[in-house]
Amino acid sequence: MSTTHAVEGIDETLATQQGRPPMNVVYEWLTTVDHKKIGLMYIAYALVFLLIGGVEAMLIRIQLAIPNNHFVSPQVFNQLFTMHGTTMVFFVGMPVLFGFGNYLVPLMIGARDMAFPRLNAFSFWVSAFAGLLLYFSYVGASGLYAAGSAPDVGWFAYAPLTAKVFSPGHSTDYWTLAVFLSGIGSIGTALNIVTTIVCMRCRGMKMSRMPLLVWLYLVMASLVFVTVSPLTAAQIMLTLDRYIGSHFFDTQAGGSAVLWMHFFWIFGHPEVYVLVLPAFAFVNEIVPVFSRKAIFGYPAMVAASVGIGFISLSVWAHHMFTVGMGAAANTFFVFSTMVISVPTGIKIFNWLATIWGGKVIFATPMLFCVAFLFQFLVAGLTGIMLSAAPFDWQLGNSYFVVAHFHYVLVGAIVTALFGALYYWYPKITGRVMSETLGKWHFWLFVIGFHLTFDFMHVPGMLGMPRRIYTYEAGRGWEGWNLIVGVGAVFQAAGILCFVYNLIESYFKGKEAGHDPWDAWTLEWSTTSPPPDYNFAVLPTVNSRRPLWDLKHPEDPDSDYE
Amino acid sequence: MMRDAAAIPIESTLETPWTLPYRGTVGMACLIVAESAIFIIFVVAYIFYIGKSLSGPTPAQVLELPIFGTVCLLSSSITVHFAVAAVRKGMLSACTGWLAGTVLLGSIFLATTAREWYHLIHDEGLTIQTNLFGTTYYSLVGLHATHVVVGLLMLALVLAFSLFGLVNETHSEKLETLSLYWHFVDAVWVVVFTVVYVLGR
Repeated sequence: MSTTHAVEGIDETLATQQGRPPMNVVYEWLTTVDHKKIGLMYIAYALVFLLIGGVEAMLIRIQLAIPNNHFVSPQVFNQLFTMHGTTMVFFVGMPVLFGFGNYLVPLMIGARDMAFPRLNAFSFWVSAFAGLLLYFSYVGASGLYAAGSAPDVGWFAYAPLTAKVFSPGHSTDYWTLAVFLSGIGSIGTALNIVTTIVCMRCRGMKMSRMPLLVWLYLVMASLVFVTVSPLTAAQIMLTLDRYIGSHFFDTQAGGSAVLWMHFFWIFGHPEVYVLVLPAFAFVNEIVPVFSRKAIFGYPAMVAASVGIGFISLSVWAHHMFTVGMGAAANTFFVFSTMVISVPTGIKIFNWLATIWGGKVIFATPMLFCVAFLFQFLVAGLTGIMLSAAPFDWQLGNSYFVVAHFHYVLVGAIVTALFGALYYWYPKITGRVMSETLGKWHFWLFVIGFHLTFDFMHVPGMLGMPRRIYTYEAGRGWEGWNLIVGVGAVFQAAGILCFVYNLIESYFKGKEAGHDPWDAWTLEWSTTSPPPDYNFAVLPTVNSRRPLWDLKHPEDPDSDYE
Repeated sequence: MMRDAAAIPIESTLETPWTLPYRGTVGMACLIVAESAIFIIFVVAYIFYIGKSLSGPTPAQVLELPIFGTVCLLSSSITVHFAVAAVRKGMLSACTGWLAGTVLLGSIFLATTAREWYHLIHDEGLTIQTNLFGTTYYSLVGLHATHVVVGLLMLALVLAFSLFGLVNETHSEKLETLSLYWHFVDAVWVVVFTVVYVLGR
């Protein structure tokens, strides 16, 4: 079927060159157009913001841990939840997922770089600047002639609170400009990812042979065009309103506050899928390798991903059941929201079928994937509960909703993300992360997660609204909020283990070699870390698992596809 | 574990030639999808606010059909198509001519828009602050005009290259990518024209 021969040795000295002047290294990183370096900068930048957003979450939890607390002032509290939400979505979620996409997609399709390397660098630096702009508001927004500091209008910034009369000063402008710029960067990177996948695949890498991660990134990036663009348009409108007195969201002049809600959630709900599809992508790669089986139902997985992409565009107004859209609209959005659980369910069953009967190895990446499966299932179930409009009328805007979407964002996305970091760390650095510390991280984080977000549902059921500054004793909320706060401490301890592991393993970790996990996709065929050109000879693939074919020439996958 | 996994399988007998789409075309298609989404939001806002202004003037009072500008802009789509066809065949001076025609027609369109805005602001007193019609009209037409300006700048750049003899057959794919953008700008105008000047009046 196919002949294999060893290629000329990859020049490993280039990748591990030591002893250059530090300024050269800095200059190289600042000016790089290499997809791996840009990917790593995205990831590093997102991890820094993850710590910042995490500290904000801790401050929020301290404030809410006991009734009648005045740990921070009400103004600071409003800024904290606004900055926490904006940071986590735009400056943690998006960049870290784009970072992995940048790093992995070209390697997995056997390409030497992205389709537009300079656009790639531009997108990264625009996004990075947007994050700095958002945080510069702490010093800049109270500036010369106005009041206010960091943005305090909530992460979805409902009109008319964002109008100049209600939010004087520049804090809201920092928010809108930061989100706008981050959107430009996201669209640029998404464009790059789609073009790379369509135009840069190596010989034999047909669409039907791409690793599932690449498929999911294709869907995710396509989704970015139709979700982030509306947000960008809405930010232009808000900026026009605030600066030159147009009336898009000005209710005094007949403008509509509900229109902003529609525009925001046309972005906001598919955005959840933009974030969760890469998490699915990581699980798709990790679960088969640690179950020692090929993924179950590859075509169904692809179809389900594309299906999620399309259906996710028609569910946005389930965020607006309490607005009063009328029975017909409510029914439509109830239905479409429930329908989206079908392709999602297909995915869960396929992962279970992949694990079923496999020789499962519970290394740290797999542990995180198993936790992902459970937690994502629960997040989906509370999602189905909230998709029923009458139920949503009771619990909309309560801590039940906060618990639900944190279950998705932390329980599914962040958990899968940790799995991915443990899985690809050896490829990125050449060293494996410590398993002992990894298990500490895993258990502390999972216990903390469940303490926080399982118990957060309860005060929501008991009527605690989101975003309240404090509450009086005797409403039955106080004990629950204390448990939630204690869980946050566990999570923080887990994250500290992770950060320590990340640094410690870089210097002292076990040497990884090319392929520490005995995996099957192309990124494991090159050195760790890969050289600038990725592959000395561009690979040719004959099946979905090229390295399986290489390692098992007697029984290659290509015989069965 | 395979330590020498760098050995990559090479297929000895290649079944089919391996060709993939040109990345400029795919990249531009992605940009067009993203831009379309932005325009859709502005168009939706325009349609949503038709007849909702609390004060005058109304579209029926002040807007006139910009037939001449529209004809110029749509014709420029044809001329840019001929420019691409010419450069593909190696007829470089014809390409320069068609590019010059495109830039000229696009500029005329921009001038008619400028004249219309001057009339609306100066004679009718309609600004972006006046009412919801002003807000949505200037933002939608202005967003489109911004795209026309960007397209004209790029076309003018290519025209300058072409005048200095720097454009040849090898650039046909790149020029075609640019022409895709220009066709998109024209197609958007058809939508804007229908919504603003036909439905909105």
